[in-house]
Amino acid sequence: MSPDIVLFAVVIVAATALFGWSCFRRFRLITLGRDEDRFDKIGERLKNTLVYAFGQRRVLRRPFGINHVVLYWSFLILFLANAEFVLHGLFPAYVSLSRLPTGLYYTLAFIFDLASLLALLAVLVALSRRLFLPPPHIEARSRDSFVILSLVAVLMIAFFGVHASEIAQGTEAAARFMPVSALVAAAFMSGAPLDSLVGAAGFFWWLHALVLLGFLNYLPYSKHLHILTAIPNCYFRRLDNVKTQSREEFTAGNTYGVERVEQFTWKDLFDSYSCTECGRCSDACPATFTGKPLDPRLVVHDIKANLLKNGSQIKNKTDRVLPLIGGGQVGSVSEEVIWECTTCGACVEECPVFIEQYPRIIDMRRHLVEMQARFPDDLSTLFENMEQRSNPWGMAPAERTKWTADMSIRPFEAGKTEYLFFIGCAGALSARSRETTRSIARILDAAGISWGILGRDELCCGDSVRRLGNEFVFDRMAEENIKLFTEKGITRMITQCPHCFSSFHDDYRQYGLELEVVHHTELISRLLKESRLKLNHTVDLGNVVFHDSCYLGRYHQIYEAPREIVASVTGRAPIEMERHHSRSFCCGGGGGHMWMEEHVGKLINVARIEQALEKDPATICVSCPYCMTMLEDGLKDKNADDKVRVLDVAEIVARAL
Amino acid sequence: MLVVACIKQVPDTTQVKIDPDTGTLIREGVPFILNPFDVHALEESLRLKDKYGLRATVISMGPPNTEVTLRKALARGADQTVLLSDRAFGGADTLATSMVLASAIRRLSQAEEVALVICGQQTIDGDTAQVGPGIATRLGYAQLTLVDCIEYVDLPARKVKVRRKLRGRHEVIEAPLPALITVTREINRLRYPTVPMRLMAEEAAITLWDNQKMGLDEATIGLKGSATQVRRIFSPERARGEILGDGANEPEKAAQLLLGKLIEKDLLYL
Repeated sequence: MSPDIVLFAVVIVAATALFGWSCFRRFRLITLGRDEDRFDKIGERLKNTLVYAFGQRRVLRRPFGINHVVLYWSFLILFLANAEFVLHGLFPAYVSLSRLPTGLYYTLAFIFDLASLLALLAVLVALSRRLFLPPPHIEARSRDSFVILSLVAVLMIAFFGVHASEIAQGTEAAARFMPVSALVAAAFMSGAPLDSLVGAAGFFWWLHALVLLGFLNYLPYSKHLHILTAIPNCYFRRLDNVKTQSREEFTAGNTYGVERVEQFTWKDLFDSYSCTECGRCSDACPATFTGKPLDPRLVVHDIKANLLKNGSQIKNKTDRVLPLIGGGQVGSVSEEVIWECTTCGACVEECPVFIEQYPRIIDMRRHLVEMQARFPDDLSTLFENMEQRSNPWGMAPAERTKWTADMSIRPFEAGKTEYLFFIGCAGALSARSRETTRSIARILDAAGISWGILGRDELCCGDSVRRLGNEFVFDRMAEENIKLFTEKGITRMITQCPHCFSSFHDDYRQYGLELEVVHHTELISRLLKESRLKLNHTVDLGNVVFHDSCYLGRYHQIYEAPREIVASVTGRAPIEMERHHSRSFCCGGGGGHMWMEEHVGKLINVARIEQALEKDPATICVSCPYCMTMLEDGLKDKNADDKVRVLDVAEIVARAL
Repeated sequence: MLVVACIKQVPDTTQVKIDPDTGTLIREGVPFILNPFDVHALEESLRLKDKYGLRATVISMGPPNTEVTLRKALARGADQTVLLSDRAFGGADTLATSMVLASAIRRLSQAEEVALVICGQQTIDGDTAQVGPGIATRLGYAQLTLVDCIEYVDLPARKVKVRRKLRGRHEVIEAPLPALITVTREINRLRYPTVPMRLMAEEAAITLWDNQKMGLDEATIGLKGSATQVRRIFSPERARGEILGDGANEPEKAAQLLLGKLIEKDLLYL
């Protein structure tokens, strides 16, 4: 089958030019973003691209992801088929499958036929899911989705139309190897006059050509832009875990944080182009789950919409059409949304194409705090206390040693003590978490670890202020801590709090501090394995449900250490909640939310406690002082604190000594 | 026209202990902070700047390291600062302090008219609440103490109307300008400095006035000019009462103990 070559050439040139122009317009805007180096480690990046883009590993984490994999791979295969289709249409005498060696020709014909069927089925499944099942997320039934799915379906039908009518005419040499097309021919075209078969072939050929080119030109203007961007987005992903923010340089004349969309990096902007609105981040987000306006997917979408709306203004350096923050419409993120994030990292963890949602929220917080001094009232006291007293409550430094009351605790001295036990503000100052601290101290002694403390000289690590966008204060706190650690000669550190742990492990590394930091759960697990810590007896704590700390789990992949400890002490593995490990649900205390009230929707800690109570626990085991406070408060809220207790992993171990 | 905030850098008294043997303050290692009441005086002066276009001037008498605190005032938006620092000013009581501050304000008013002077109601180290009224007396300004709301300033008519917070009631009064106001902590919520302002403040010049510049009679300032002489510093004996339980570590037990005592003494009316 060959069309009118001249007409087809005109159509092809026009459609390709239009597509090229659309892509140029879209991608030129990406270059407005700030620089960021994502061009290193080519080998590792290629490997990631294979695993996550072509291997679709993250897509497959949801059962329905298999449908996407089928569609995706069919598309990759059919890309060849369509290339042949277009080139054959233009140069019928030179390019044709049938000019290949027979074996290869038949094989490809078979593969293309099968891939088209799979693509059609996958599209039908996707359409039925959207139409007949409860929508997986709010955007599932968007016009965009139906347009694109219909286009793909028509494209596949046209493919079968072309080949079936050729088979019916007897002009397709590979007919035996195209079972689907042959079936269509047998079912609908057998006995049809040659005229109508030729007419049908022409009709389907042009239908295929026009839908294909229409599809191509629809892409840049829809969420299906991801077909072009998702693979490079996996290539340019952050190779380490997303667990820290970039530093800022404090010199006169600089601006801080992000207020205008082009202050994001090119990669942040590229992220926004890569979003397919699949809604997995929305499902994972504790704020979205509890009915707050924050939805990480919408934040990413707003960044894209803002860039598109303001693109030409940015290039021409004229006034913006729409502010990035507080514009009250699509393409603008509200301040409320910016403050609702707990930085739990569930969105980043879920995204199949490695979009970094929550770090963009911190970028905008930085602008609000550092350039505008605008933040929720709750935070005024926190910021003052952190700066004046280096702890969130503004308590006097002398309070930091109160937990040692009847214990003989040594100060850290380089050369004499091996580890610094960094207690952290909660561990030293909160009455409840002091119990955890005392348990850890007993465990360390029982295992014969050489350790000491900084006592009243200890300062806050600054985690909360950093996540809240107060980078300036964090920067000062970090410098002070590093000075202290250097003076004291500290090289190995044990932390109680996952937030201190993560800060010293990653944030401080940006300042050149290379400490060996270990969280108490990891250390205890190691001591048990090496038999340096011996348990006297097992402890019965009833049903023990384990709650993952975001900053240990998602941030540092420490999932098993605390579970193994619980198993050693109680004699059986802890019970998992529905959301656990990398899918765990935040306690509501991260990202500075420990110090903020939730005014909208359900309380996150109460939502988490409800999930825990479904498992009928007697004990909820945690490994973070924030989780401890949030979950205990949640229990009180549900009037369940007389039946269920919250214990830190260390407290559980101390009971077995 | 100027609004002048008088602020003081004080030792963080929650961290000060008294040496039981010598009866003196153990100042070693105690950080200095901006007097918590003066923060609100500063904030109020900045609000008046925003609202009425007054130039916010901040003055403080103290050792050279007071500069740190004055920079914080600049970071929050003060237009100018003056540090009053000289060995001759040292050891001053409230009388001698108000003498120096009053003459500094007089000097400022020679260059630009002063509309209002704002002080915190008291400092947390001395707790006398005398310096503000002392300045007003020495300058002959109207004095409005314990103000928790400035209702308006009428610059053309040279009037100010404020609300004073008194025990169990409020008093609303109008006074002529220039006036001196001492403020409570409830008067406002503090603003937070932006980073560009902080960086600007770190580089800004702080005007220093020593006694060479001020030219005050040394008999009226510093220790020599003080009417108060400290004979002894001591912690007051606890006259009565007892500490029940360990509220910080065992709140439930402590509460139970307290409840028991209250019931025992028949002080609970159910």
